[in-house]
Amino acid sequence: MATLKELSRVPEVLAPGHRMCAGCGAPIVVRQVLRAAKAPVAVANATGCLEVSTTIYPYTSWKSPFIHVAFENASASLSGVEAAYQSLKRQGKITDEIKFVAFGGDGGTYDIGLQSLSGAMERGHDMVYVCYDNGAYMNTGIQRSSATPMGADTTTTPVGSVRPGKLGWRKNLTKIMMAHGIPYVAQISPSHWNDLYQKAEKAFAVKGPAFLNAIAPCPRGWRHDSAETVQMTKLAVDTCFWPLFEAVDGKVRVTYKPRQKKPVVEFLKTQGRFRHLFRPENEGLIEQIQAEVDREWEELLALERLSQEQAAE
Amino acid sequence: MTNLKGYKDIPIGGMITEAGNSEKYKTGDWRSLKPIWNEEGCVHCLMCWVFCPDTAIIVEDGKMKGINYDHCKGCGICARECPRKEKALYMVKEE
Repeated sequence: MATLKELSRVPEVLAPGHRMCAGCGAPIVVRQVLRAAKAPVAVANATGCLEVSTTIYPYTSWKSPFIHVAFENASASLSGVEAAYQSLKRQGKITDEIKFVAFGGDGGTYDIGLQSLSGAMERGHDMVYVCYDNGAYMNTGIQRSSATPMGADTTTTPVGSVRPGKLGWRKNLTKIMMAHGIPYVAQISPSHWNDLYQKAEKAFAVKGPAFLNAIAPCPRGWRHDSAETVQMTKLAVDTCFWPLFEAVDGKVRVTYKPRQKKPVVEFLKTQGRFRHLFRPENEGLIEQIQAEVDREWEELLALERLSQEQAAE
Repeated sequence: MTNLKGYKDIPIGGMITEAGNSEKYKTGDWRSLKPIWNEEGCVHCLMCWVFCPDTAIIVEDGKMKGINYDHCKGCGICARECPRKEKALYMVKEE
């Protein structure tokens, strides 16, 4: 377990002066994850808030090599970089240890970049992919994505007399990545920085692909006060809306179990994007959301039990 | 517009040759609220530092040393997350 005092001695890779909004969750995730690399990193980025705001010409916030090609191919670009590195290493032209990490928002990961991510994971590149999930296309003006939670108000699922925000449940990307059978998959939250650090450490240490899914609130899109960002992630974890767990070689372990699982209402009521759920006509929706959160949580606990049973055999 | 460089003056491909040079771009003027650090009340737990999105908490030798007002956007996370009952960080209106 690392202390913050020790971690504060690790040089920062993300420089200040980037133009992410005040209170944005994404740079918090980036700073916390990169602290665990323990080697120089090469970074790839999918198009998204993080990419556009950290690389506004003629400035860059990255103190590491950085590559951005297009929205859909952060993983493919980084696969190429990693393959070139492996080749140079075999030829003896490079001896340094370098870590490869890709960042993408939920748009660039859940939706547009899913094919390249799936390919890179399947081919087994030695890289870490970090998704910062803020639950919509925040960069272009809060359009819904497949990570947008049920009932959320976005500009393409507007609340009105016809429908109460997004109708369907969000896609469970962490589970999809687990289905790839890669060595390391984890879900992380910046509020639990120690849990995050340990998982990032494992992700970087593992030989082969690793995937981290981080919750990253967007004060603009979620419509909460910019000071509440970390509290939002804490609530998401405590309500089991965003459970913290890892899958090492497919063996699931829930790394944080809230002592008292809070009702999901606690999370919903703090955000403007869910405000309409509290109108009398939308009464049933909160129950539906709670039921789905409960179902996913129970399923996760069952998966953990199964993994423990298999280990005991 | 006269201070814009021509294509012959910039690196080939428009490459940015200085890593992390966004530090020269000051985002401090975005602030409407300003965090104030009360040194006496601070226990140097570094919660403000670990949660700062803008790397604007100055830490030296594991100790909180102050706030980088050139880059702090005044989001207020540091003051919100300060675990002290008598907050060692609090927000005031920017003058």
